[in-house]
Amino acid sequence: MAMTLSEKIFASHLRDEPFPGTKVLSLDVVLCHEITTPIAVNDLVARGKDRVFDPSKIKVVIDHVTPAKDTKTALQGKILRDWSRRQGIRDFFDIGRNGVCHALFPEQGFIRPGYTVIMGDSHTCTHGAFGAFAAGVGTTDLEVGILKGVCAFREPKTIRVNVMGTAPEGVFAKDIILRIIKELTVKGATDCVVEFHGDVVRGLSMEGRMTLCNMAIEAGGTSGVCMPDEVTVDYLWPFIAADYRDKKAALADFRKWWSDEGCEYVKALDIDVSNLAPQVTYGYKPDEVKDAAELAGTAVDQVYIGSCTNGRLEDLRVAASYLKGRKIADTVRGIVSPATPKVFRDADEEGIIRIFMDAGFCVTNPTCGACLGMSNGVLAPGEVCASTTNRNFNGRMGKGGMVHLMSPATAAVTALEGSIADPRKFAKGGR
Amino acid sequence: MKTFGGKVLFLDRSDINTDEIIPAKYLTEISKEALKPHMLEDLKIEGFDPCDPGLHEARVIVTKANFGCGSSREHAPWVFEINDINVVIASSFARIFRQNMFNCGMLAIELPEEAIDRLFKHKGTNANASLSVDFNNNRIAIESDKGSESFAYSLSAFDKALVEAGGWVEFADSKY
Repeated sequence: MAMTLSEKIFASHLRDEPFPGTKVLSLDVVLCHEITTPIAVNDLVARGKDRVFDPSKIKVVIDHVTPAKDTKTALQGKILRDWSRRQGIRDFFDIGRNGVCHALFPEQGFIRPGYTVIMGDSHTCTHGAFGAFAAGVGTTDLEVGILKGVCAFREPKTIRVNVMGTAPEGVFAKDIILRIIKELTVKGATDCVVEFHGDVVRGLSMEGRMTLCNMAIEAGGTSGVCMPDEVTVDYLWPFIAADYRDKKAALADFRKWWSDEGCEYVKALDIDVSNLAPQVTYGYKPDEVKDAAELAGTAVDQVYIGSCTNGRLEDLRVAASYLKGRKIADTVRGIVSPATPKVFRDADEEGIIRIFMDAGFCVTNPTCGACLGMSNGVLAPGEVCASTTNRNFNGRMGKGGMVHLMSPATAAVTALEGSIADPRKFAKGGR
Repeated sequence: MKTFGGKVLFLDRSDINTDEIIPAKYLTEISKEALKPHMLEDLKIEGFDPCDPGLHEARVIVTKANFGCGSSREHAPWVFEINDINVVIASSFARIFRQNMFNCGMLAIELPEEAIDRLFKHKGTNANASLSVDFNNNRIAIESDKGSESFAYSLSAFDKALVEAGGWVEFADSKY
C-alpha cells in the first residue's frame, strides 16, 4: 500500500494500539528545555519515579531565559542541570554551549530521517525538515516520554504543499511559509502533517527547510516534513559518515522514508512563488498576511532578528547583506540573537557580527530572547516590533505590544528605514 | 476522576491562543498554584475583564473554533485546573491543547458549530448559565434563564480512558 512519510514512521515505530486509532510510538529522541521540563522532572520525583528510559536518547538545553534573569529562572536551570547529572544525560547544553533548541539540536546531528521526536515545545515541528516525525507536546506527554520512551498520537493525515516556480530576489523561505499559512489558515492543518514538495523546496538549504517546517504549527500542523535528499545527506554527513559506505548509500537509505507515489493526501496545495512578494503579518494571527508593500511606512520601535525560525547563519548573512555599510534608523532598537554558539562564531568569522554592530544592532548571546516576551527585548505597551520570529499573538513580546512577522531581509531593511519596507526596493549594502 | 460541570464562562471568539490563556512571562513558575491569578490575562475580546472576580466562579468554558492554538504549554490547562475549570467545550481545538487536557484527566469536548451556537444562546448578561456533564452517557446539559437543553457528544475510547485513569502518566505507567 502506498504510504506517506509519516505513515511509514508510524508503522515502523508502533509500540501499541491500546484503542483503535490511538497509536503509541516508541521515541528515538526526547528533547528538553528549561521551561516545560522542570515540572515533569519534579512530578517524576514526587511519584518516586525519578528515572529516564534511556539517557542517550534525551537531549537537554537551557535556551529560553539564559543567562538566568532572576531566582525563578535560575531554579528552572538548576533543576534541569541537577537532573541531567543525576540521570547521566551527557547531551546537556548549559551556558556557553547553549542555543535555541530547534537550531542547536539539528546542528548537533541529533535528528535523522525516519526518527520520532517529541519536545515540550510547539516548534518541534521544525525537525521534520530532516524527514522525521517531530511533534510538540505538553509536559505530561514529555514526562511519559522521559520515563517510558513512548508517546500516543491519533495518526495524522497528510497535506501536500507543492512549491513551484522561482523565488524572486528578496523572497525567502519565510515569505513562502507565511504565504502558505495565509492559504491554509491558522487551523487548516490541525491534526495533519504538512509535507513540503517541489523544486523550490528541493533547492532550499536545510536552514530554509527548517524555516518552512518551523511554522507548520502556525497552521495547526502536527509536524512539517521535507523528503530527505542530497541536501539532508550533506548536512548530516559529519555525523553519519561512519554508518554508510558513501553519500550515495546514505541517500538510498534515506529514500525509503519518502512518501510513495499514489499515497493518500487529505489536501493538496500548489503555490507558485515566481510572483510572490515579501510577506508580512499585520494582525494577531500568523495567517493575517499581506505583501510588505501594503504595510510599507508602518513605523516600528524594535527590530528583532533571531529565533528557531530565522536565527541561523543563512538568515544573519542575508540580513547583513542589506545592513553592510549602513546605519539603522535612530528611532529603532535593533536586536540580533544568533541562534547557537556555532552560528555566532561562524557569523563572527564572516564579519557578519561586525556588520550588525556597525549598523547599530545589539548582539545578544544565543537564546530564544525577545520572541516570547519572557526574557530580554520586551516591548512597552503600544510599541511595534518587526520580527523574524513565528508568532504575532496579542502580547507575545510584551503586554500591549504589536509584532509584525517577516523575513530577515525585510526585517533588515525595515530597521534601516524605521518603518516596514520592501527589500526589493533596496540595493544590498557594500561599502 | 475529576468533577465536571458548573457555572459557564462564554468566550465568544475563535483562535484563542495559549499566550492569551497564560502569558509566557509566567512560564518561569514551577507550581500550578502560582499561575492561578493570571488566567486569560491577555485575552483579546471586547469587554472581557480578566480581573472580574466572577471569572473565578466559572467551572466550564464554552467557546468557538481552534481553541488553545499556539504554544504547547500545559500551563494553559493547568491554569484552568487550578481555577476549578475542568471542562472546555468548543467547535474545535488545537491538537496539543486538546491532548494536554485529556493528559491531565480534563475534558475537551468538541461539538458541531450549530450546537455551540445554541449553547451561546444561553449567554446572558448575568452570566447565570450552568452546565452539567453526564460522563457515563456522553451528554451535557445546559440550564439558564433562557431554559434548558441537552446535547450528546462523543469521545474516543482513549480520551475516555485518560479521564477515568486521571491522566496519561497514570495510564502509561500501568501499561508500558
